[in-house]
Amino acid sequence: MEHESLGFIFLNSCIINNFVLSYFLGICPFLGVSGKLDTAWHMGLATAFVMLVSSVCAFAINTLLVQFELEYLRLICYIAVIASAVQLVEMVMKKFSPTLFRALGIFLPLITTNCAILGLALFQTFREYSFLQSLVYSLGAGTGFTLAIMLMAGLRERLALAQVPSVSQGAALSLMLAGLLSLGFMGFAGLGG
Amino acid sequence: MAADPKPAQPITMDTFLDGVWRENPVFVMLLGMCPVLAVTNSVANAIAMGLATTFVLLCSSALVSLLRNAIPKQVRIATYIVIIATFVTIVDYVIQAISLDLYNALGAFIQLIVVNCIILGRAEAYASRHRMTASLVNSLGMGAGFSLALLCLGSVRELLGNGTLLGFAVFGERFQPWSIMILPPGGFFVLGAWLLLFAWLKERKARAAQKGERIHGT
Repeated sequence: MEHESLGFIFLNSCIINNFVLSYFLGICPFLGVSGKLDTAWHMGLATAFVMLVSSVCAFAINTLLVQFELEYLRLICYIAVIASAVQLVEMVMKKFSPTLFRALGIFLPLITTNCAILGLALFQTFREYSFLQSLVYSLGAGTGFTLAIMLMAGLRERLALAQVPSVSQGAALSLMLAGLLSLGFMGFAGLGG
Repeated sequence: MAADPKPAQPITMDTFLDGVWRENPVFVMLLGMCPVLAVTNSVANAIAMGLATTFVLLCSSALVSLLRNAIPKQVRIATYIVIIATFVTIVDYVIQAISLDLYNALGAFIQLIVVNCIILGRAEAYASRHRMTASLVNSLGMGAGFSLALLCLGSVRELLGNGTLLGFAVFGERFQPWSIMILPPGGFFVLGAWLLLFAWLKERKARAAQKGERIHGT
Protein backbone atom coordinates (compact mmCIF):
# COMPACT_ATOMS: atom_id res chain seq x y z
CA MET A 1 0.00 0.00 0.00
CA GLU A 2 2.88 2.33 -0.75
CA HIS A 3 0.89 4.25 -3.33
CA GLU A 4 -1.76 5.75 -1.04
CA SER A 5 -1.18 9.45 -0.62
CA LEU A 6 -1.05 10.90 2.87
CA GLY A 7 -4.02 13.19 2.27
CA PHE A 8 -6.17 10.28 1.16
CA ILE A 9 -5.21 8.21 4.19
CA PHE A 10 -6.19 11.08 6.47
CA LEU A 11 -9.53 11.59 4.73
CA ASN A 12 -10.17 7.86 4.67
CA SER A 13 -9.62 7.24 8.37
CA CYS A 14 -11.28 10.49 9.46
CA ILE A 15 -14.45 10.63 7.39
CA ILE A 16 -15.00 7.90 4.81
CA ASN A 17 -14.28 4.97 7.08
CA ASN A 18 -14.87 6.71 10.37
CA PHE A 19 -13.71 4.41 13.18
CA VAL A 20 -16.84 4.79 15.26
CA LEU A 21 -19.55 5.03 12.66
CA SER A 22 -18.43 2.53 10.07
CA TYR A 23 -15.98 0.20 11.85
CA PHE A 24 -17.86 0.18 15.18
CA LEU A 25 -14.71 0.70 17.19
CA GLY A 26 -14.86 2.60 20.45
CA ILE A 27 -18.62 2.36 20.84
CA CYS A 28 -18.44 2.21 24.64
CA PRO A 29 -17.07 5.75 25.16
CA PHE A 30 -19.08 6.91 22.18
CA LEU A 31 -22.31 5.99 23.97
CA GLY A 32 -21.07 6.45 27.52
CA VAL A 33 -19.24 9.77 27.52
CA SER A 34 -21.27 11.66 24.95
CA GLY A 35 -23.75 13.19 27.38
CA LYS A 36 -22.13 16.62 27.45
CA LEU A 37 -20.27 18.48 24.74
CA ASP A 38 -17.51 19.56 27.09
CA THR A 39 -16.59 16.11 28.39
CA ALA A 40 -16.94 14.67 24.90
CA TRP A 41 -14.30 17.12 23.65
CA HIS A 42 -11.87 16.13 26.39
CA MET A 43 -12.48 12.45 25.80
CA GLY A 44 -11.90 12.91 22.09
CA LEU A 45 -8.64 14.76 22.70
CA ALA A 46 -7.33 12.17 25.15
CA THR A 47 -8.19 9.31 22.80
CA ALA A 48 -6.60 11.04 19.82
CA PHE A 49 -3.43 11.60 21.81
CA VAL A 50 -3.18 8.01 23.01
CA MET A 51 -3.87 6.85 19.45
CA LEU A 52 -0.90 8.84 18.21
CA VAL A 53 1.44 7.50 20.89
CA SER A 54 0.34 3.89 20.57
CA SER A 55 0.50 4.03 16.79
CA VAL A 56 4.17 5.01 16.95
CA CYS A 57 4.85 2.30 19.56
CA ALA A 58 2.98 -0.32 17.56
CA PHE A 59 4.99 0.50 14.46
CA ALA A 60 8.28 0.11 16.34
CA ILE A 61 7.16 -3.16 17.96
CA ASN A 62 5.98 -4.62 14.69
CA THR A 63 9.28 -3.86 12.97
CA LEU A 64 11.09 -5.56 15.83
CA LEU A 65 8.81 -8.61 15.86
CA VAL A 66 9.02 -9.09 12.11
CA GLN A 67 12.81 -8.95 12.37
CA PHE A 68 12.82 -11.79 14.91
CA GLU A 69 9.92 -13.66 13.24
CA LEU A 70 7.78 -13.52 16.34
CA GLU A 71 4.54 -12.34 14.75
CA TYR A 72 2.39 -14.56 16.92
CA LEU A 73 3.32 -12.41 19.91
CA ARG A 74 1.99 -9.32 18.20
CA LEU A 75 -1.35 -9.13 19.98
CA ILE A 76 0.08 -9.62 23.46
CA CYS A 77 2.80 -7.04 22.81
CA TYR A 78 0.37 -4.50 21.40
CA ILE A 79 -2.02 -4.68 24.30
CA ALA A 80 0.79 -4.50 26.84
CA VAL A 81 2.30 -1.52 25.04
CA ILE A 82 -1.03 0.30 24.87
CA ALA A 83 -1.66 -0.26 28.56
CA SER A 84 1.77 1.10 29.44
CA ALA A 85 1.45 3.97 26.96
CA VAL A 86 -1.72 5.05 28.71
CA GLN A 87 0.04 4.86 32.07
CA LEU A 88 2.97 6.85 30.70
CA VAL A 89 0.74 9.52 29.22
CA GLU A 90 -1.03 9.79 32.53
CA MET A 91 2.23 10.21 34.45
CA VAL A 92 3.76 12.71 32.02
CA MET A 93 0.59 14.74 31.97
CA LYS A 94 0.39 14.78 35.74
CA LYS A 95 3.94 16.10 35.95
CA PHE A 96 3.87 18.74 33.23
CA SER A 97 0.29 19.85 32.89
CA PRO A 98 -1.78 19.24 36.03
CA THR A 99 -4.72 21.26 34.67
CA LEU A 100 -5.09 19.07 31.63
CA PHE A 101 -4.59 16.02 33.82
CA ARG A 102 -7.43 17.07 36.06
CA ALA A 103 -9.67 17.69 33.06
CA LEU A 104 -8.96 14.29 31.54
CA GLY A 105 -8.17 12.39 34.73
CA ILE A 106 -10.96 9.85 34.91
CA PHE A 107 -11.03 9.16 31.18
CA LEU A 108 -7.43 8.20 30.70
CA PRO A 109 -7.45 4.74 32.33
CA LEU A 110 -10.65 3.90 30.45
CA ILE A 111 -8.88 4.36 27.15
CA THR A 112 -6.88 1.14 27.61
CA THR A 113 -9.94 -0.96 26.92
CA ASN A 114 -11.07 1.23 24.04
CA CYS A 115 -11.04 -1.03 21.02
CA ALA A 116 -10.39 1.90 18.68
CA ILE A 117 -6.79 2.06 19.93
CA LEU A 118 -6.01 -1.63 19.44
CA GLY A 119 -8.01 -1.60 16.21
CA LEU A 120 -5.87 1.21 14.87
CA ALA A 121 -2.66 -0.64 15.72
CA LEU A 122 -3.94 -3.82 14.03
CA PHE A 123 -5.27 -2.08 10.92
CA GLN A 124 -2.05 -0.21 10.26
CA THR A 125 -0.19 -3.50 10.52
CA PHE A 126 -2.56 -5.29 8.13
CA ARG A 127 -2.29 -2.50 5.60
CA GLU A 128 1.49 -2.44 5.86
CA TYR A 129 1.70 1.30 6.21
CA SER A 130 5.06 3.00 6.40
CA PHE A 131 5.96 5.07 9.45
CA LEU A 132 4.70 8.37 8.03
CA GLN A 133 1.57 6.73 6.68
CA SER A 134 0.68 5.18 10.03
CA LEU A 135 1.28 8.50 11.74
CA VAL A 136 -1.18 10.22 9.41
CA TYR A 137 -3.59 7.29 9.74
CA SER A 138 -3.63 7.61 13.52
CA LEU A 139 -4.06 11.39 13.30
CA GLY A 140 -7.04 10.91 11.00
CA ALA A 141 -8.55 8.25 13.22
CA GLY A 142 -8.20 10.49 16.27
CA THR A 143 -9.79 13.42 14.48
CA GLY A 144 -12.59 11.18 13.24
CA PHE A 145 -13.25 9.85 16.74
CA THR A 146 -13.36 13.37 18.18
CA LEU A 147 -15.66 14.50 15.38
CA ALA A 148 -18.07 11.60 15.88
CA ILE A 149 -18.24 11.85 19.65
CA MET A 150 -18.76 15.63 19.51
CA LEU A 151 -21.50 15.37 16.91
CA MET A 152 -23.20 12.79 19.08
CA ALA A 153 -22.84 14.94 22.21
CA GLY A 154 -24.31 17.95 20.42
CA LEU A 155 -27.28 15.91 19.28
CA ARG A 156 -27.85 14.44 22.72
CA GLU A 157 -27.70 17.86 24.38
CA ARG A 158 -30.48 19.04 22.11
CA LEU A 159 -32.39 15.83 22.64
CA ALA A 160 -32.40 16.28 26.41
CA LEU A 161 -34.97 19.02 25.87
CA ALA A 162 -37.18 16.97 23.59
CA GLN A 163 -40.14 14.97 24.76
CA VAL A 164 -39.77 11.32 23.86
CA PRO A 165 -41.85 8.28 24.83
CA SER A 166 -40.61 6.86 28.11
CA VAL A 167 -39.68 3.46 26.61
CA SER A 168 -37.22 4.97 24.17
CA GLN A 169 -35.25 6.98 26.70
CA GLY A 170 -31.61 6.07 27.25
CA ALA A 171 -29.60 3.61 25.23
CA ALA A 172 -32.23 2.79 22.61
CA LEU A 173 -32.57 6.41 21.55
CA SER A 174 -28.79 6.94 21.48
CA LEU A 175 -28.40 3.91 19.24
CA MET A 176 -31.04 5.17 16.82
CA LEU A 177 -29.25 8.52 16.71
CA ALA A 178 -25.95 6.80 16.07
CA GLY A 179 -27.61 4.89 13.24
CA LEU A 180 -28.77 8.12 11.63
CA LEU A 181 -25.29 9.65 12.01
CA SER A 182 -23.77 6.55 10.47
CA LEU A 183 -26.25 6.79 7.62
CA GLY A 184 -25.07 10.35 7.06
CA PHE A 185 -21.42 9.34 7.03
CA MET A 186 -22.18 6.61 4.50
CA GLY A 187 -22.77 9.41 2.04
CA PHE A 188 -19.02 10.04 1.98
CA ALA A 189 -18.38 6.52 0.70
CA GLY A 190 -18.31 7.80 -2.85
CA LEU A 191 -15.13 9.72 -2.11
CA GLY A 192 -13.04 6.58 -2.36
CA GLY A 193 -12.41 3.20 -0.76
CA MET B 1 -7.86 -11.65 46.70
CA ALA B 2 -5.26 -13.38 48.83
CA ALA B 3 -7.73 -15.11 51.10
CA ASP B 4 -11.00 -16.70 50.17
CA PRO B 5 -13.07 -16.23 53.29
CA LYS B 6 -16.40 -17.13 51.78
CA PRO B 7 -17.34 -20.78 51.86
CA ALA B 8 -18.04 -22.30 48.51
CA GLN B 9 -21.40 -21.08 47.36
CA PRO B 10 -23.66 -23.71 45.95
CA ILE B 11 -23.82 -23.54 42.19
CA THR B 12 -27.44 -23.14 41.29
CA MET B 13 -29.20 -22.75 38.00
CA ASP B 14 -29.12 -19.01 38.66
CA THR B 15 -25.35 -18.89 38.31
CA PHE B 16 -25.86 -19.92 34.71
CA LEU B 17 -29.13 -18.19 33.94
CA ASP B 18 -28.05 -14.78 35.25
CA GLY B 19 -25.75 -14.34 32.32
CA VAL B 20 -28.23 -15.59 29.76
CA TRP B 21 -31.15 -13.44 30.72
CA ARG B 22 -31.23 -11.30 33.86
CA GLU B 23 -27.76 -9.84 33.40
CA ASN B 24 -27.46 -10.36 29.67
CA PRO B 25 -24.15 -8.68 28.82
CA VAL B 26 -25.44 -7.00 25.69
CA PHE B 27 -29.08 -6.16 26.26
CA VAL B 28 -28.94 -5.35 29.96
CA MET B 29 -25.37 -4.32 30.76
CA LEU B 30 -24.56 -2.82 27.33
CA LEU B 31 -21.06 -4.29 27.30
CA GLY B 32 -19.00 -5.50 24.39
CA MET B 33 -20.94 -3.48 21.86
CA CYS B 34 -18.23 -3.27 19.22
CA PRO B 35 -18.27 -6.90 18.03
CA VAL B 36 -22.03 -7.05 18.54
CA LEU B 37 -22.54 -4.36 15.97
CA ALA B 38 -19.67 -5.13 13.67
CA VAL B 39 -19.89 -8.85 12.91
CA THR B 40 -23.63 -9.45 12.97
CA ASN B 41 -24.27 -8.85 9.29
CA SER B 42 -24.83 -12.58 8.83
CA VAL B 43 -25.87 -15.44 11.07
CA ALA B 44 -22.76 -17.50 10.33
CA ASN B 45 -20.47 -14.65 11.42
CA ALA B 46 -22.54 -14.09 14.53
CA ILE B 47 -22.33 -17.75 15.56
CA ALA B 48 -18.58 -17.89 14.95
CA MET B 49 -17.99 -14.75 16.96
CA GLY B 50 -20.22 -15.99 19.78
CA LEU B 51 -18.36 -19.30 19.96
CA ALA B 52 -14.94 -17.66 19.83
CA THR B 53 -15.81 -15.20 22.59
CA THR B 54 -17.35 -17.94 24.74
CA PHE B 55 -14.22 -20.05 24.38
CA VAL B 56 -11.93 -17.18 25.41
CA LEU B 57 -14.28 -16.31 28.26
CA LEU B 58 -14.32 -19.90 29.57
CA CYS B 59 -10.58 -20.45 29.34
CA SER B 60 -9.57 -17.12 30.79
CA SER B 61 -12.08 -17.39 33.64
CA ALA B 62 -10.82 -20.85 34.50
CA LEU B 63 -7.18 -19.75 34.49
CA VAL B 64 -7.84 -16.54 36.41
CA SER B 65 -9.80 -18.37 39.08
CA LEU B 66 -7.11 -21.05 39.34
CA LEU B 67 -4.42 -18.42 39.78
CA ARG B 68 -6.49 -16.05 41.89
CA ASN B 69 -4.36 -16.57 44.97
CA ALA B 70 -1.08 -16.28 43.08
CA ILE B 71 -1.69 -13.02 41.23
CA PRO B 72 -0.51 -9.93 43.14
CA LYS B 73 -3.27 -7.39 43.51
CA GLN B 74 -1.35 -4.45 42.03
CA VAL B 75 -0.73 -6.03 38.64
CA ARG B 76 -3.91 -8.05 38.38
CA ILE B 77 -5.44 -6.14 35.45
CA ALA B 78 -2.26 -6.46 33.40
CA THR B 79 -2.09 -10.18 34.21
CA TYR B 80 -5.69 -10.71 33.18
CA ILE B 81 -5.08 -8.92 29.90
CA VAL B 82 -2.05 -11.05 29.12
CA ILE B 83 -4.01 -14.23 29.92
CA ILE B 84 -6.89 -13.12 27.70
CA ALA B 85 -4.55 -12.11 24.88
CA THR B 86 -2.93 -15.55 24.95
CA PHE B 87 -6.24 -17.33 24.45
CA VAL B 88 -7.31 -14.87 21.79
CA THR B 89 -4.11 -15.59 19.86
CA ILE B 90 -4.94 -19.31 20.05
CA VAL B 91 -8.47 -18.70 18.74
CA ASP B 92 -7.12 -16.45 16.01
CA TYR B 93 -4.82 -19.15 14.66
CA VAL B 94 -7.45 -21.90 15.06
CA ILE B 95 -10.03 -19.99 13.03
CA GLN B 96 -7.42 -19.24 10.40
CA ALA B 97 -6.71 -22.97 10.17
CA ILE B 98 -10.36 -24.04 10.01
CA SER B 99 -11.78 -21.56 7.54
CA LEU B 100 -9.95 -18.77 5.80
CA ASP B 101 -13.21 -17.30 4.48
CA LEU B 102 -14.54 -16.92 7.98
CA TYR B 103 -11.23 -15.45 9.10
CA ASN B 104 -11.38 -12.83 6.38
CA ALA B 105 -15.04 -12.06 7.11
CA LEU B 106 -14.40 -11.46 10.79
CA GLY B 107 -11.19 -9.58 10.10
CA ALA B 108 -9.56 -7.77 12.98
CA PHE B 109 -12.55 -8.44 15.20
CA ILE B 110 -11.19 -11.80 16.30
CA GLN B 111 -8.11 -10.12 17.73
CA LEU B 112 -10.26 -7.37 19.17
CA ILE B 113 -11.87 -9.93 21.50
CA VAL B 114 -9.00 -8.93 23.81
CA VAL B 115 -10.59 -5.57 24.53
CA ASN B 116 -14.11 -6.97 24.90
CA CYS B 117 -15.16 -5.55 28.26
CA ILE B 118 -17.28 -8.62 29.06
CA ILE B 119 -14.24 -10.85 29.42
CA LEU B 120 -12.18 -8.49 31.54
CA GLY B 121 -15.29 -7.67 33.54
CA ARG B 122 -15.92 -11.35 34.30
CA ALA B 123 -12.30 -11.91 35.26
CA GLU B 124 -12.31 -8.96 37.64
CA ALA B 125 -15.80 -9.25 39.07
CA TYR B 126 -16.36 -12.99 39.23
CA ALA B 127 -13.49 -15.31 38.42
CA SER B 128 -11.03 -13.61 40.79
CA ARG B 129 -13.35 -14.24 43.75
CA HIS B 130 -14.88 -17.63 43.07
CA ARG B 131 -13.88 -21.22 42.71
CA MET B 132 -13.14 -22.62 39.31
CA THR B 133 -16.37 -24.57 38.81
CA ALA B 134 -18.54 -21.63 39.80
CA SER B 135 -16.71 -19.25 37.48
CA LEU B 136 -16.84 -21.79 34.66
CA VAL B 137 -20.61 -22.08 34.99
CA ASN B 138 -20.98 -18.32 35.26
CA SER B 139 -18.89 -17.58 32.20
CA LEU B 140 -20.69 -20.29 30.26
CA GLY B 141 -23.90 -18.42 31.03
CA MET B 142 -22.39 -15.10 30.03
CA GLY B 143 -21.03 -16.60 26.83
CA ALA B 144 -24.42 -18.10 26.03
CA GLY B 145 -26.09 -14.75 26.69
CA PHE B 146 -23.60 -12.98 24.45
CA SER B 147 -24.08 -15.54 21.67
CA LEU B 148 -27.83 -15.28 22.02
CA ALA B 149 -27.65 -11.51 21.60
CA LEU B 150 -25.39 -11.85 18.57
CA LEU B 151 -27.81 -14.37 17.08
CA CYS B 152 -30.79 -12.05 17.71
CA LEU B 153 -29.09 -9.26 15.82
CA GLY B 154 -27.52 -11.42 13.15
CA SER B 155 -30.72 -13.20 12.16
CA VAL B 156 -32.76 -10.00 11.89
CA ARG B 157 -30.06 -8.24 9.90
CA GLU B 158 -29.46 -11.11 7.49
CA LEU B 159 -33.18 -11.71 7.03
CA LEU B 160 -33.99 -8.11 6.24
CA GLY B 161 -30.81 -7.13 4.50
CA ASN B 162 -30.27 -10.18 2.35
CA GLY B 163 -33.50 -12.18 2.51
CA THR B 164 -31.60 -15.26 3.67
CA LEU B 165 -30.99 -17.15 6.88
CA LEU B 166 -27.66 -18.98 7.18
CA GLY B 167 -27.36 -18.60 3.42
CA PHE B 168 -30.73 -20.17 2.53
CA ALA B 169 -33.28 -17.97 0.80
CA VAL B 170 -36.30 -17.46 3.00
CA PHE B 171 -38.47 -15.14 1.00
CA GLY B 172 -39.58 -15.67 -2.57
CA GLU B 173 -37.96 -14.44 -5.73
CA ARG B 174 -39.62 -11.07 -5.59
CA PHE B 175 -38.11 -10.04 -2.27
CA GLN B 176 -36.32 -6.74 -2.50
CA PRO B 177 -33.41 -6.82 -0.02
CA TRP B 178 -33.32 -3.95 2.46
CA SER B 179 -29.59 -3.67 2.07
CA ILE B 180 -29.08 -0.86 4.57
CA MET B 181 -29.60 -3.50 7.27
CA ILE B 182 -26.34 -5.29 6.54
CA LEU B 183 -24.46 -2.00 6.26
CA PRO B 184 -23.17 -0.21 9.39
CA PRO B 185 -26.27 1.92 10.12
CA GLY B 186 -28.43 -1.22 10.18
CA GLY B 187 -26.47 -2.53 13.16
CA PHE B 188 -27.32 0.53 15.20
CA PHE B 189 -30.96 0.46 14.12
CA VAL B 190 -31.52 -3.23 14.86
CA LEU B 191 -29.85 -3.11 18.27
CA GLY B 192 -31.85 0.03 19.08
CA ALA B 193 -35.03 -1.75 18.04
CA TRP B 194 -34.26 -4.76 20.27
CA LEU B 195 -33.58 -2.46 23.22
CA LEU B 196 -36.87 -0.65 22.54
CA LEU B 197 -38.70 -3.97 22.53
CA PHE B 198 -37.18 -5.03 25.85
CA ALA B 199 -37.87 -1.64 27.43
CA TRP B 200 -41.47 -1.86 26.27
CA LEU B 201 -41.90 -5.38 27.67
CA LYS B 202 -40.38 -4.30 30.97
CA GLU B 203 -42.64 -1.29 31.23
CA ARG B 204 -45.71 -3.36 30.42
CA LYS B 205 -44.77 -5.87 33.08
CA ALA B 206 -44.22 -3.13 35.65
CA ARG B 207 -47.56 -1.57 34.80
CA ALA B 208 -49.33 -4.91 35.08
CA ALA B 209 -47.70 -5.52 38.45
CA GLN B 210 -48.78 -2.09 39.65
CA LYS B 211 -52.32 -2.70 38.50
CA GLY B 212 -52.45 -6.06 40.22
CA GLU B 213 -51.20 -4.48 43.42
CA ARG B 214 -53.87 -1.82 43.30
CA ILE B 215 -56.64 -4.35 42.80
CA HIS B 216 -55.23 -6.50 45.54
CA GLY B 217 -55.01 -3.51 47.91
CA THR B 218 -58.59 -2.31 47.60
